[in-house]
Amino acid sequence: MSLQFVVDGLLAGSMIGLGAIGVTLTYSILRFSNFAHGDFMAWGAYATLAVVGAIGAMFGKIAPIAPLSFGWPLIAAVVIGMAITGLLALLLDMVLFARLRAKGQAIIVVMASFGASMALRSLLEFIFSSRPTYFSRAIQIAMPVGFGIRITPDQIALLLLTAVLVLSVHLLMTRTQTGRSMQALSQNAALARIVGIDVAKVVRVTWIVGGALACVAGVMIGILIQIRPFMGFDMLLPMFAAAILGGIGSVPGAVLGGLIIGLAEAGAVQLIGAEWRAAVSFIILMTVLFVRPIGLFGVRER
Amino acid sequence: MDLLGYGAFFLTTALIFSLVTLGLNLQWGLTGLFNVGLAGFVAIGAYTSALLTTPDDAARLGGFGLPILVGWFGAMLVGGIAAALTGIATLRLRSDYLAITTFGVAVVVQLVALNAQKLTGGPFGIGFIPRPFGGLAETPLLFNLSNLAVVSMVTLIVYLALEHLSRSPWGRVLKALREDERAAISLGKSARFYRVQAFAVGGAIMALAGALQAHFTGFIAPDNYLPALTFQVWVMLIVGGSGSNIGAVIGSILVWAIWAGSGALTSVLFSPEQQARAASLQIVAIGVMLCVILLVRPNGLFGDRPRRARFGKRAKEAPDESIAKS
Amino acid sequence: MSQTVLDVRNLEAGYEPGVPIVRGASITVGKGEIVVVLGPNGAGKSTLIKAIAGLVPVTGGTVLLDGKDITAAPAHTMVRLGLAFVPQTENIFPLMSVEDNLKVACGILKPRETPARIEEMYAAFPDLARHRKTAAGNLSGGQRQMLAVARALIVHPKVLVLDEPSAGLSPKFVAMVFEMLAGIRISGVTILLVEQNAKAALAIGDRAYVLVEGKDRHEGVASELWNDPVVAELYLGQRRLDPERGRHSGKGSAA
Repeated sequence: MSLQFVVDGLLAGSMIGLGAIGVTLTYSILRFSNFAHGDFMAWGAYATLAVVGAIGAMFGKIAPIAPLSFGWPLIAAVVIGMAITGLLALLLDMVLFARLRAKGQAIIVVMASFGASMALRSLLEFIFSSRPTYFSRAIQIAMPVGFGIRITPDQIALLLLTAVLVLSVHLLMTRTQTGRSMQALSQNAALARIVGIDVAKVVRVTWIVGGALACVAGVMIGILIQIRPFMGFDMLLPMFAAAILGGIGSVPGAVLGGLIIGLAEAGAVQLIGAEWRAAVSFIILMTVLFVRPIGLFGVRER
Repeated sequence: MDLLGYGAFFLTTALIFSLVTLGLNLQWGLTGLFNVGLAGFVAIGAYTSALLTTPDDAARLGGFGLPILVGWFGAMLVGGIAAALTGIATLRLRSDYLAITTFGVAVVVQLVALNAQKLTGGPFGIGFIPRPFGGLAETPLLFNLSNLAVVSMVTLIVYLALEHLSRSPWGRVLKALREDERAAISLGKSARFYRVQAFAVGGAIMALAGALQAHFTGFIAPDNYLPALTFQVWVMLIVGGSGSNIGAVIGSILVWAIWAGSGALTSVLFSPEQQARAASLQIVAIGVMLCVILLVRPNGLFGDRPRRARFGKRAKEAPDESIAKS
Repeated sequence: MSQTVLDVRNLEAGYEPGVPIVRGASITVGKGEIVVVLGPNGAGKSTLIKAIAGLVPVTGGTVLLDGKDITAAPAHTMVRLGLAFVPQTENIFPLMSVEDNLKVACGILKPRETPARIEEMYAAFPDLARHRKTAAGNLSGGQRQMLAVARALIVHPKVLVLDEPSAGLSPKFVAMVFEMLAGIRISGVTILLVEQNAKAALAIGDRAYVLVEGKDRHEGVASELWNDPVVAELYLGQRRLDPERGRHSGKGSAA
C-alpha cells in the first residue's frame, strides 16, 4: 500500500488531537463528557469564515501568501475565531453547565451537553444552511516528497501549526501556575480550593483553551476538506476515542491518541474503503475499554 | 372521517415513540444508565424484523418471508443482545463511558445501514415490509384504526410488564443501584449483572418499537435513525419525568404533538425552499427546551422522585466540591 | 496570653440546614501558641476547624483572624487571608511531583519569591528535598504529612490549622509528625490542631479545649489538662482506661 496514508493520517490525527485536548480537559477538570465539543469546532470554523468575509468586505480582495491557499485575513480571522469560540464555550458553561454542576449530578450535565450540541448544530444549519462551504476553492498542487508521498503547502503549514499548539498547551499545563492549578483541580478539587486555587477561574481557562483549540481544528477541517454544520459532530466519536485511548486528563495522551486514530483511519480508508472510516474509532474505543480502560497514560480513578 | 384517520395515525406514531421512551425509562429512569445511541437500537430492531419478514430479495441477504411475530421477537432478541454487549463492555466503568459507547453504537449502526448494501439495502433502505392488516390498506381509516389497536396492545403489555418489574425485588435493586453509582460499581459482578439485564431489556423494547414502526410504515431507510431520533426520545422522557412509566407515555404523546404541530405550522408559514431551514429551527427550539427543563424542572411532569441531591446544600456554597467527591 | 491571632466566637456550623454539628464553640489562639482541640468521636472537632477554614457552611458566630472577620470566606481565599489548612486525608496532589505540590500552593506569593521560598521549605524538610521529582503519591505516610504541612507553611500563614495530623500513621510517623509541629512552633508559627491522640498533642500544646457535642466544654493549660479529672470525665465519657488498651481502642485519649 502507498505511504500516502501517513500524511493523511497525521492530518486527520492533528484535527482529532486538537479536539481531544479540549475533551480530555473538560472531562478531567469538570468531570463530564461534553457532547457539544464537536459543535465548538463547527462554530469556530463558521465564526472564522464570517470574519474572513468581514475582512474581505473591508479591505477588498487580498492575495494569499505565496504557496499557501490563504493569506493574512484567514490568519487574523482564526485568532478572532478562537476568541469567539472560547467565549461561546464560556457562555454555555455560564447559562447551562455551571448551574447543573451545582446540583451535583454529573450525568445530567452530559445530557444537557447533548441537548446543547443538537441546538448549536441546528442553529448553524439555520443560519448558514446545510450546504458545504469552503475557505478557498483554489486547488493546490501536492508536491512529491519521496516514498510515494505527496503533500501540499497548506498541509505542511497546518501540521507545523498543530505541533506548535500542542507544545504550547503542554508547556502551559506543566510550566505555568495556571497549568499546575488545572492539574491540581483535576486530581482533588477540594484540596485545590484549600491551597488557594480559584476554581471558577481555572474552569474559565479550561473552557477558553478547549474552545480555542476546537476552533483551530474546525478551521483545519475547513481548509483541508469543507465546512458543514455537521463537521464537528462527525468528529465527536474519534475525539472521545482519542481522549480515552490517551488516558483521560493527559494532554500528550490525547494528541497521541488522536494521531493513532488518524493513522488507523487513513490506513482503513486505503484498505477497506472511505465509507467505513467512522467505524475505526469505535473499534479502537471498544478495544481500549476492554483491554485497558484507563488508556495509555491514564491513572486509575480514585 | 379524515380527522379520525389522522388521529389514529398520529396516535400510532406517538405510541411507538412511547415504547422507545419506556425502554429508555427502564435504562435511565429506573437504572440510571445513560443511552445516547438509542436510535441505533431502534434501527437494529427495524432492520432485523425487516430482514426476517420481507419476501426474498436477490439484491441482498434474505428476506426470509417469516411471519411478522417472528420478526418482532427476532428484533427484541437482537436488540437485547446488542444492548447487553454494550453494557458488559462499559458498566464496570464510569457512566460517561456508557454514554460515549452508546453514541458509538448509533454511529456504527448508521454506517452499516448506509454501507452494507447486501444486508440493509444501503441508502435506499428496505421496502415491501409486510404490514399487519395490509389487506385493509384499501380503506385507510380501518387500516389505521387496526394498526392503532395493535400498537396500543403492545404498548399496554410492555407498560404493565414494566410497572410490574419496577415494583418487583428486581426493580428495587435497580433503584438502589441507581442512587449510588460508586456503590453499584464496587458491589462488583452481581450489581453489574443487574444493570446489564436492565440495559438489555431496555434495548429489546427499543428494538421492538423499531420493528413496529417498520411494519407500520412498510418501508425503512437509514435516515429514520439519525441522532435527532435519540434526541426526541430523550426530550419525551425528560418532559414526562424520568422514573415514571406513565410519564414516559404522556411525555411522548405530548412532545410528538408539539413536534408534529410545529412541523405542520412551519410547512404553512414557510415557503418550500425555506422549510429545511425552518426544520432546523424546530430542533433548536427542542434542544433549548430540553436544557430549560433540565434546569428548571428536572423531574418533568410525572417524575417519581427528587433525585437525591447528594451534595445539594454544600454544592450551593461550593459549586465544585461535589466534583471532588463524585 | 499573648496577642490573639485567631478568635472564634460562638461558632455554629453544619452540613445540613437546621442540623448544626458545631453548636456555639468559642476558642482563641494566641500568637505563637499551639492550641489543641480534643473531644470524643463525633464531638464536631473536624467540622469545627473545617468551618473555620471555610469548608463547611457557617450558620452563626464569627471567626476573627488578627481582628479581621473571615467568617465563611470562600475556602480558596483563606490562604490569602492568612489561614492555611491541612486536611486529615487526601492532603496532597498524588500525581504531581513534590516540587509541583509546593509550587501550586505559591499562587499568592510573588513569582520571583517562589523559588527561594521553596528552597527554604526544602531546608526545613530535608526529606522532601531528596524527593523533589517524586510523584507525591509515592511518598510514605509520614512524608505526605510533611509535604502537606510544608505546602501550608509556604505562604507564611498567620495560623496553621491541622485536622488530625497523626491519623492513620504508624507510631513511628506519629512521633515524627509531632516533633515536626513542635519544631514549627519554635520558628514562630501559630498552630491550631484537632487530635485524637491526646497525649502526644498535649505534650507539644500550650493550651487545649475539650469539645463535647459541638461546644467547648473545658479549657486549660495543656500540661495540666492531662491530669484534670474533669477532662477525663468529659473526654472519655468514663474513667480513664488502662494506658495500652486506650491507645488501641482508638477512643481518643489514652496512655
